[in-house]
Amino acid sequence: MNQPGRVERSSLGWLVLIAAVVGGSAAAFAYTAGWLTPGRLTPDRMIAALTPPSGPPLGHRRNHAKGICFTGMFEANGSGVELSRAKVFVQGRYPALGRFNLGTADPNAVDATVRVRGMGLQISAADGEEWRMAMINPPFFAVSTPDAFHDLLVAAGKKDPEAMKTFISANPEFAAFAAWAKAAPWTGSYAEDSYNSLNSFVFTNAKGDEHAVRWSLVPTAAPTSIAQAELEKRGPNFLEQEITNRVRSAPQRWTMVTTVADPGDPTADPSKAWPENRRKVQVGTLVVQRIEPERDGPCRDINFDPTVLPQGVRVSDDPFPAARSSVYRKSYDLRAAEASDYPRTEVAKP
Amino acid sequence: MTNAPQHFAPIQRLLHWLMAICIIAMLFIGVGMVSSVAQKYLPLILIHKTLGVALLVLVLVRLALRLHFGAPPLPADLPPAMKLGARLSHLLLYGFMIVMPLLGLGMLWAAAYPVVLYGGIRIPALLPQSDHAHTLFWNAHVYLGFAFFALVLLHLAAALFHALIRRDGVFATISPLPQRQRMKPTE
Ligand code: HEM
Ligand code: HEM
Ligand code: HEM
Repeated sequence: MNQPGRVERSSLGWLVLIAAVVGGSAAAFAYTAGWLTPGRLTPDRMIAALTPPSGPPLGHRRNHAKGICFTGMFEANGSGVELSRAKVFVQGRYPALGRFNLGTADPNAVDATVRVRGMGLQISAADGEEWRMAMINPPFFAVSTPDAFHDLLVAAGKKDPEAMKTFISANPEFAAFAAWAKAAPWTGSYAEDSYNSLNSFVFTNAKGDEHAVRWSLVPTAAPTSIAQAELEKRGPNFLEQEITNRVRSAPQRWTMVTTVADPGDPTADPSKAWPENRRKVQVGTLVVQRIEPERDGPCRDINFDPTVLPQGVRVSDDPFPAARSSVYRKSYDLRAAEASDYPRTEVAKP
Repeated sequence: MTNAPQHFAPIQRLLHWLMAICIIAMLFIGVGMVSSVAQKYLPLILIHKTLGVALLVLVLVRLALRLHFGAPPLPADLPPAMKLGARLSHLLLYGFMIVMPLLGLGMLWAAAYPVVLYGGIRIPALLPQSDHAHTLFWNAHVYLGFAFFALVLLHLAAALFHALIRRDGVFATISPLPQRQRMKPTE
């Protein structure tokens, strides 16, 4: 039977085996890719849930779509070294690049209709090592898990008023956020808001000691509250005009305040604020020196992925940074591919 | 080629099987990570980048060894079309092994992401940010990735066909197991 090079009739069994091996491998691949499990929460489904009924904001970020670029410096005071060996905590000045933004999927949203404001920030060490973050002004996040965030987006997008009720009964932590959204004062300037990491991260210092932390960028400008209706009267794009003028007349500053968790504090749930009396360390000051429109500005090309971290900072057991990284990547892929829908005006850029 | 070898050199076999396992892992990690928002996304993409760059180095070593040692001839009785298919598919496999990691790196560079591998190893960017280049590399990485997987399946089917049905000694030329007495390729 071992006549080389001849296909025997008995080889039918082998052919079936080969087909089974190939078919099985293809099926395993399809399963891994999620094609056989449409219920899996994927970046694509998250982005679909973020997309407004009018369609995606082509060429723009899929969330926090309205924004304006800034550049400046991060001035480290040296106190952060005790907590983390991140190079940008060594006393000195480090280039910073960022983006003030509104938490909406509509790049043309009216400022006074958007409750959540954010800041994307990138700080670069002398050797080019980068730290990126994206922070918002509420003191805690709306929900406990990425899955709940998806459910929130879906419920909020439904016309049926019962949808939100059902969502809130399944995710009671949302009530605190709803209360904040209703009662927290509005400010009339990006320069008067605090921006909070909300997610927890782990700082490691030179000795190898680890601390779970969250941080905030707290404005040195005194916040003046303003009625939502008054903000609306100032115009749909007031915040961008205001921050442009304000920074043109003087650099604006935020103090970076790190909050260190006590053992047992909820590090995996950004909807739970830590008690007020936790240790706080001021690690430096962000100085915003220049504002540029997003269309041709330096923040356009950056994905402020909160998992781009320097040595000395790593993710904690908080499930959000990983989910955000995966979704922001997809958002970036899409908006870069759609760049012609949001053309740059400068010819200089290749 | 004068005195062509009868089988691949042990180092070539080692690399073939080591890289085969790693590449199959890369393909599965690739499609698994991009469809996940779970915490495992971060370790998966870190492995994907690190292993991908390691494979780029390995394929260069492997090509150098291939030029040095050559490859055993295919069985003389193999139909010419199959021989051509074998040669072309091997060429394509080498092509994918070189191009895929380069596209992966290019995609990250063109999106202004820092490329940081396991252990904090940083790869400097050789390209500036470019929406156009990013989109091109991203699409190519995705679709060539699928084509690579399809070709690996075909290659696997062909290898099993040689091993189980034709039993013509082709599998033994690269078999990872210590060589038993095997059939000589038909003269
Ligand atoms: C699973 C939950 C979340 C999802 C799916 C999500 C989704 C997104 C998306 C798609 C973008 C656009 C990214 C880009 O194209 O560059 C974005 C931007 C942003 N997100 Fe989130 N996000 C989530 C949680 C959070 C949290 C917890 C915070 C704050 C603590 C946050 C703050 C921001 C900020 C500030 C930006 C704007 C960054 C920039 O200026 O580019 N997000 N988000
Ligand atoms: C990712 C997976 C794989 C890749 C990229 C790959 C690549 C290659 C390449 C490029 C060659 C040609 C060697 C040369 O002529 O220099 C080769 C030969 C071979 N491979 Fe693979 N391989 C893979 C997986 C497999 C698997 C799973 C099998 C078997 C089950 C296999 C069996 C063989 C055999 C039998 C040969 C020898 C062909 C000959 O003698 O000409 N390979 N492989
Ligand atoms: C043998 C080498 C490689 C193979 C076979 C491979 C394969 C894949 C596959 C199959 C995907 C999923 C595509 C999809 O379904 O969307 C993927 C995605 C990806 N790969 Fe690779 N890859 C390789 C090397 C690399 C390298 C060296 C890097 C970077 C250093 C890289 C970075 C990426 C990234 C960032 C993605 C996500 C793309 C996105 O959707 O944004 N890959 N890869």
